[in-house]
Amino acid sequence: MTIEIERHKYDILVIGAGGAGLRAAVEAREAGLRVAIICKSLFGKAHTVMAEGGAAASMGNVNENDNWMVHFRDTMRGGKFLNHYRMAELHAKESPDRIWELEMWGALFDRTKEGKISQRNFGGHEYPRLAHVGDRTGLELIRTMQQRIVALQQIDKAETGNAESNIKVFAELTITEILKEGGKVSGAYGYWRENGKEVLFEAPAIVLATGGVGKTFKITSNSWEGTGDGHALALKAGANLVDMEFLQFHPTGMVWPPSVRGILVTESVRGEGGVLTNTNGERFMFKYIPDVFKDKYADNEAEADRWYVDQDNNRRPPELLPRDEVSRAINSEVKAGRGTEHGGVFLDVSKRLSAEVIKKRLPSMWHQFYELAGVDITKEAMEVGPTCHYVMGGVEVEPDTAAAVGVPGLYAAGECAGGMHGSNRLGGNSLTDLLVFGRRAGMAAAAYVKSAGTTQVSQSAVQAASLRIQAPFTRTGGENPYKLHQELQEITHNLVGIIRTKTELDDAIVKITELRKRIANITVSGNREFNPGFHLSFDLDNMLLIAESTAKSAVLREESRGGHTRDDFPKMSTTWRQINNISSFDGTQVNVSQQPLPVLPKELFDLFDPHELEKYMTPEELAKGGSN
Amino acid sequence: MARKLNLRIWRGNKESGALQNVIVEANEGEVVLDVIHRVQAEQLNDLAVRWNCKAGKCGSCSMEINGKPRLACMTQVSSFPEGEEITITPLRAFPVIKDLVTDVSFNYKKAMEIPSFQPPVGMKPGEPRMAQVDVERSQEFRKCIECFLCQDTCHVIRDHEENKSSFAGPRFFIRIAELDMHPLDILRNRKKKAQEEHGLGMCNITKCCTEVCPEHIRITDNAIIPMKERVVDEKYDPLRWLGSKIRKREGIL
Amino acid sequence: MATGVFSSTRAKISERTLRTDKWWIQPLITFSVLVAFIIYATLRAFENGNYFAEPLISPFYSPCLSAACAQGSSLLGQPFGIVKLIGMTVSPALFILIFPLGFRMTCYYYRKAYYRSFWMSPPACAVAEPHSKYTGETRAPLIMQNAHRYFFYIGLVFNVLLTVDAVLAFRNPEKQWGHMSVGTLVLLANATFLWLYSASCHTCRHTIGGRLRNFSKHPLRYKAWTVVSVLNHKHQNFAWISLLGVAFADFYVRQVASGSFTNFYFF
Repeated sequence: MTIEIERHKYDILVIGAGGAGLRAAVEAREAGLRVAIICKSLFGKAHTVMAEGGAAASMGNVNENDNWMVHFRDTMRGGKFLNHYRMAELHAKESPDRIWELEMWGALFDRTKEGKISQRNFGGHEYPRLAHVGDRTGLELIRTMQQRIVALQQIDKAETGNAESNIKVFAELTITEILKEGGKVSGAYGYWRENGKEVLFEAPAIVLATGGVGKTFKITSNSWEGTGDGHALALKAGANLVDMEFLQFHPTGMVWPPSVRGILVTESVRGEGGVLTNTNGERFMFKYIPDVFKDKYADNEAEADRWYVDQDNNRRPPELLPRDEVSRAINSEVKAGRGTEHGGVFLDVSKRLSAEVIKKRLPSMWHQFYELAGVDITKEAMEVGPTCHYVMGGVEVEPDTAAAVGVPGLYAAGECAGGMHGSNRLGGNSLTDLLVFGRRAGMAAAAYVKSAGTTQVSQSAVQAASLRIQAPFTRTGGENPYKLHQELQEITHNLVGIIRTKTELDDAIVKITELRKRIANITVSGNREFNPGFHLSFDLDNMLLIAESTAKSAVLREESRGGHTRDDFPKMSTTWRQINNISSFDGTQVNVSQQPLPVLPKELFDLFDPHELEKYMTPEELAKGGSN
Repeated sequence: MARKLNLRIWRGNKESGALQNVIVEANEGEVVLDVIHRVQAEQLNDLAVRWNCKAGKCGSCSMEINGKPRLACMTQVSSFPEGEEITITPLRAFPVIKDLVTDVSFNYKKAMEIPSFQPPVGMKPGEPRMAQVDVERSQEFRKCIECFLCQDTCHVIRDHEENKSSFAGPRFFIRIAELDMHPLDILRNRKKKAQEEHGLGMCNITKCCTEVCPEHIRITDNAIIPMKERVVDEKYDPLRWLGSKIRKREGIL
Repeated sequence: MATGVFSSTRAKISERTLRTDKWWIQPLITFSVLVAFIIYATLRAFENGNYFAEPLISPFYSPCLSAACAQGSSLLGQPFGIVKLIGMTVSPALFILIFPLGFRMTCYYYRKAYYRSFWMSPPACAVAEPHSKYTGETRAPLIMQNAHRYFFYIGLVFNVLLTVDAVLAFRNPEKQWGHMSVGTLVLLANATFLWLYSASCHTCRHTIGGRLRNFSKHPLRYKAWTVVSVLNHKHQNFAWISLLGVAFADFYVRQVASGSFTNFYFF
């Protein structure tokens, strides 16, 4: 049977239309190349819109002491020194330019009194640094980039008569495979979600900008799109993933009702007096204060309650411990059977504050839960638990070019690239990460195409890719994709979640392997016309690879650092700090190997106080004082 | 806590379609999108629906629920009385693709027709200085999540397919207003274009766009009417026209 | 050729609307109240009498410009003499009423109200309208809606005159100052409502600051604009209150002039 295939030829294919993808496309088009942008949903709906806080850039508009070096230090500290130093450096240096550029494209940030871009404080940032627009900064960024693409298309229309002559957006299209010839990228294969028709893209360079992997987990703040497509496509194309064990969990995401499951409850709810209790009504956080924090956190309710009115003479309530501590505590309570039936605990702000005060201090929280779920936080407790929020791990790339290591022609930027954030991402660093490395990926891909020229796609590669798309309808295994997705989420949630142990991780790896066999038997009902079951069958494939990579990396890393907590290895290890876990795919399974982390060069090493580095580095490293 | 819901979901495609009765369980606190997902996972695996963030921030799950244009993720099941049938259809102003998914490409075409932001010639990144009060009006319009519910409910195109070529719709009137009120934009013919090319005059300010906006943008009062007044300044006000001629002659402008 | 929601490309649904709420109530109420007002105003205009009872004058007849006007009711003189049409004396109210009528007909709020309730274009949101063609306000006569600002200016003149009428009502029937009656309050309230209606008008908002690009360069106008913007939120309310206020003021004066009511004096 021959299926008619739609063919397109472009210089560069950008997969993903969030902040990073659009920024890459703009750069490539400005370099004079023809670009196709692939968008899994409608244009402008990318998960970037969910970013609320802001975009971190050391413009120094609010505090002029800020500069790239301070920002660099904060980023490295946040990532517990597992970051690729060069990415953190480039990010800190180039972020201000990326923000200013947005303004020239029509973005309207909130302003300071002098009329400059206003910047706000955020956790982990030494100075007010986050450019923002209320609490919808991500929307502003995506809309600005979207409108920049339109502006370029208008210019092209004036010149060539065709708006899509140099940039074309392929909305609601899924890429299922990256094609290679002679070891280099030659194109990609996929299908239109609207009608299931297959599409072949011939392109010598591909930029992956597909975002996160949250949908691999049961409770996540990510949308359905966060299925790790770019991670999986890269793995299958022969590229590596770095440090996939690092996932950022927010301690208080809603777990119930389902309409708001995964939506974050901001830390200020706890700051304003929100109290965590288990199903026995016990305020359990007092049991979980680690020794190092004993002098800063109250060990009894009376003192904790007094802190809200008198912060100078009382220790803080333990609800305000760092994110990972709170997550760990909630997790332990649930595992001990003191959680709600939905796997959470109660967070209650209604007992301490009056309805008027809550509405005044936490307006958007109140509004959001009331409108989306009918939960009135002035009257009742919220059911919360740790929520998968962001993946620090991702495609291993060359920092300066965002080129995927090992696959000429493949680039990755944004959340799907690894290295930048180390073991833990600072709030606000994500939006500028998209812009800085989106631009670099676009620029480098353009340079690559100009020197490497075109490639051919072989008929056999196309046929293989096409067979894979047809498979879910022709198979007879009878597995339901929705059910398998739920099972995968149960495995990751219970065994690869926020607190990990070797036995559970080993168990997870076995279960994931079993699931892989069943996923091969997925059968889809209906036809190819906009069929979500059909779509999910491909997403599942990707999520399975992510889960495997995460579980296998996590079982190897015998320490706790940032977004990776091992109950059996609760401390940071200076040895493990020097190691990246590298995942690769051999066609049947993910293999993880170790690779030394690049050493800080002397001029960056010298930006830190040696005493601070003692916590992270071995005496030998400290003695050496960075590379030359 | 769970209750049984009687849904009537429109299923079909370009050629044909009909409302299909579905009985599904709903839990306390769920929104219509949750229920649709349950139908999808348990009964109609291939039911087509668009959605992304499920938090009212991306504007993907636009549909019509009991005849009203709404975001399914922002419509609580509890807002419907026990036992009442809930009718769910695709947007009725746009061509249907399948089930609850419509072809909204009209909006992207219109976006292409609005001239983009144009900063002053020679201005460099980092140079702009704008006061907060000067950006606030445009910021309101930039809250738009492009759910296109305003476009769907606007009778100018909902009820008159033939107007689609000459009418940009409320979403793009706020875009034009945003740019015309942008402190840095230098294009001065936006008002004229709005009236002559984008069909601002077709709007009879019946305010349905404002009523359906999930972001509570005051589309009519803050964008469309001010733009209509700005158009009057340029095109229909003889005194201002005379004034501008005189000022031009005296070299004031 | 079917158009609108029945166009060939749209989802095949036979109902004009699937709304289950009582969407027709709002337009019905609007329709009823406006029709009632029109009938009342027409009857009163053609009554050509009972509009003046020293010192009270009905807002329908002020300023009374015809030589046929009741003695003492012509604040601005009687420049028109007696105007006759096919042998009939034209009521002086007609000279007056066309201006407020024009102001309200072109008002951005009333346009919504009557396009929906009278013209059913559309009758309610997401309810298919009955018309097969629609051109909006792009051509005559509706393009005249763009003259709203001129009616607004004229409306301001009337607001001044009606305020003067209210001030003059601080007199007794013997034209002595320092008195106040229920009629004074009625005329004062009427003038106040009219000012609020004008001040909350969209054209007013535009004139006072809306047309500016940079508020920061015009702090006073910005301040005024923010005040007008707050009022503008309530333009719909003021539109109805002032409409009923005018009708009531006229009704009150009529009852006093015809002797049905006694205008009670506080002092």
